[in-house]
Amino acid sequence: MVMQEERTMEPQTTPGPATRGIVVQKLNAWYGPLQALRDVSLTILPNRVTSVIGPSGCGKSTFIRCLNRMHEVVPGARVQGKVLLDGEDIYAPGVDPVRVRRRVGMVFQRPNPFPTMSVFDNVAAGLRLNGLRRPGQMSDAVERALQQAALWDEVKDKLKQSGSALSGGQQQRLCIARALAVQPEVLLMDEPCSALDPVATSRIEDLVRALKERYTIVIVTHNMQQAARVSDMTAFLLMGDDRAGELIEYGQTRQMFTNPRDERTEAYITGRFG
Amino acid sequence: MARAPHPQEVHAPVWWWRARFRRPASPGDWVFQTIALLAALSLVGLLVAMTLYLLNAAWPAVTRFGLGFLTSSTWDPVQEVFGALPAVYGTLLTSAIAMLVAIPVSLGVAIFLAELAPPWLRAPASFLVEMLAAIPSVVLGLWGLFVMVPVIRDPVERWLGSSLGFLPLFQGPPFGVGFLAGGLILAIMALPIITAVARDTLAAVPSSQREAMLALGATRWEAISRAVLPYARSGIVAAGILGLGRALGETMAVTMVIGNGYQVTARLFAPGNTMASKIATEFNEASGDLYIGSLVELALVLFAITLMVNVVGRLLVRWTVAKARVGGQ
Amino acid sequence: MTTDMQVYLRRRTTSYLMVGLCGLATLVAVSILLLVVGYTLVKGIAFLNLDFVTQTAQPLGEPGGGIRHEIIGTLVLVALASVLGIPVGLLAGAYLSEFGGGRTGLVVRLVADVLTGVPSVVVGIFVYVLVVQPMGTFSALSGGVALAIIMLPVVARTTEEMMRLVPATYREAALALGIPRWRMIVSVVMPGAMVGIVTGSMLGIARIAGETAPLIFTALGNRFGFAGLGQPIAAMPLQIWRYAVSAYDTWHQQAWAASFLLVMLVLVISITVRWLTSRRYH
Repeated sequence: MVMQEERTMEPQTTPGPATRGIVVQKLNAWYGPLQALRDVSLTILPNRVTSVIGPSGCGKSTFIRCLNRMHEVVPGARVQGKVLLDGEDIYAPGVDPVRVRRRVGMVFQRPNPFPTMSVFDNVAAGLRLNGLRRPGQMSDAVERALQQAALWDEVKDKLKQSGSALSGGQQQRLCIARALAVQPEVLLMDEPCSALDPVATSRIEDLVRALKERYTIVIVTHNMQQAARVSDMTAFLLMGDDRAGELIEYGQTRQMFTNPRDERTEAYITGRFG
Repeated sequence: MARAPHPQEVHAPVWWWRARFRRPASPGDWVFQTIALLAALSLVGLLVAMTLYLLNAAWPAVTRFGLGFLTSSTWDPVQEVFGALPAVYGTLLTSAIAMLVAIPVSLGVAIFLAELAPPWLRAPASFLVEMLAAIPSVVLGLWGLFVMVPVIRDPVERWLGSSLGFLPLFQGPPFGVGFLAGGLILAIMALPIITAVARDTLAAVPSSQREAMLALGATRWEAISRAVLPYARSGIVAAGILGLGRALGETMAVTMVIGNGYQVTARLFAPGNTMASKIATEFNEASGDLYIGSLVELALVLFAITLMVNVVGRLLVRWTVAKARVGGQ
Repeated sequence: MTTDMQVYLRRRTTSYLMVGLCGLATLVAVSILLLVVGYTLVKGIAFLNLDFVTQTAQPLGEPGGGIRHEIIGTLVLVALASVLGIPVGLLAGAYLSEFGGGRTGLVVRLVADVLTGVPSVVVGIFVYVLVVQPMGTFSALSGGVALAIIMLPVVARTTEEMMRLVPATYREAALALGIPRWRMIVSVVMPGAMVGIVTGSMLGIARIAGETAPLIFTALGNRFGFAGLGQPIAAMPLQIWRYAVSAYDTWHQQAWAASFLLVMLVLVISITVRWLTSRRYH
């Protein structure tokens, strides 16, 4: 159904300054001397799910970690290029990554709830950072986030239990709730289902489809079926000769999976390598 | 563990003693394993022997003074009346001062080394802090006596006395030598071990915890204080306990700067003694079973306290490491 | 909006402040080390010459004088402690690494860790009761025993850690050749862990070279030079202590100079250990 409501529109490559969504221009990233990404440029549309696919080591994770300035957390890592979030370059001098991450939430490969905190406190963690104190507001916000993450019904009676006591799939939805609680504009998901079983995976996929009503979503996946199921747009990355990731093709998911423009994309999605 | 468990090591549910000695196939194996086992057991034997010998030598004092030994403040070799309260008090007070100073500083150093320092600075800075532990106690005492104590007398104690003199803690003449100096020198001695254990626990916190908090829009410090430190809390407690164990038993440095008084007082500038310093100062002049026995009993009490503190600390470290291994993977 | 901005600015300031404080704490810790080492050098410089190492002490008031007896005494005590402590420590370490998987291993490991934390002054009193009292005299032997007890758990635990780093493939290859386990340990594991075993022994020596408290009740000190293992013996740390608490300026200077030598000895050992272990890991 997702596919049907898709408009037949090419991604904008030269957006105006006030455009919502994310415009990536000539993005390069390194780990020490090793280049992990080269000259990636694309436009991520608001309120759409964009999937990033490619073989292991092609820089998928590095790419989305550049979108909320998490890449630079790794010692020795650096970035060059522009990432415009609603027209504003997040790598411009004087921009504090703390404020960027507040607007661009992230969910990681393995569920990583804070084990010393309760379910409630896990979701409230981001709100507390931003100085929200009033108990009433806090519990409203936590409930809203848990409902958005489709977890409220399962945990509403165990909000005081430790977050690490939940099942793996529940933990991952808790992490999604934690990211949503601060009401970001963009949600980045780095292979969010790689540690989960098929049932838990399908619940997360349903969730992703529902969440694009409110959020711009970028999801990294090594699973092409998953990309086809949940995303509107797909970016295909491949490593070049020096193992730095390059953007090979970017377009509507349906078009890319039925009629790829680049033969390397076709080779990858038909399973000839990867 | 660097190797797969050898089948022979799988623990037999039968009587372990028999299992242990029947297993090895060749006689050489049996001999080697037995000798190695004896060497290992000698450590246990040492601990037991220490307890028994100290108890035996302290016995005259134990029977003579009973529990009153720990509650009496009199120490009179002429009348042969001995009470350990001021020494126990001195040990606890100086250790408390040491922990008050050393734990925050060590935690700061550990956080810097594990979380904040640029990679090129980590190894050399860690090494220098570890080297602090290698300075012999007597050398630190010498430095404490001639360099630190004059600074403590003036300006530290003069200033504390004039600005906070309404508190009993900071009343009395500024001697320089005393509980405060003893506590500060102990802080220096406890710092390296607290730092090392805390740094290792912080380094064992999975980076996903740090990143989860950063991705919510946390500042560097918030990621540390709200994600890393809570995750590592039991290891940090263990670090503090091991540091306390070190401070309780340190002898030479504290002997040289504590001023050799014998009193129970809240005044930090006053000269005092710890159990360890009392033993070091008087043991060679002591004569008679009762005097020597009292000093040995002091050693026995110190032994018992440090033993408990270290057992708790070590078990906590082990538990933390085991938990981090499970949680990290 | 302004309150949002205020909250953000406060958070950012707190972060910078705390990061700065952590850096400051490190600076303080490192400064203490440099101050202590620096002072021993500056204050002892007047006595830091060849005479100080080769001469014996002069009566008070006469110039010069050295700590030859004390240096020899410390060397004798350290050697004695090594002879007594290292073999037992090695074997105990071998047991923990090769057979220590069961409950005995757990207990011994805990006991070793706890022994490391027993105050050295307590060890000194223990050896006084164990050796000095029965012998009827303070002696080099009792001093060596006390230092051996202090270094024993250090050597055992380091040896264990280092032997464990020997890859399982070495062991399996040797066992596959059909040689007995003890031969495998002695001829494959121990040589493979040689650097580690040397490291463990050196760490043990660094730990005891500066020990003072246990020697007060055992070695006692001796102004007239080495007189056999059954007699009291001088030691550098003991002499530093006695000079330090004396009332004479030249003795203080000698205490600083001796401290400098002692600190250099311990630092050189520690740096060598660091060098050996870092080479191993790369």
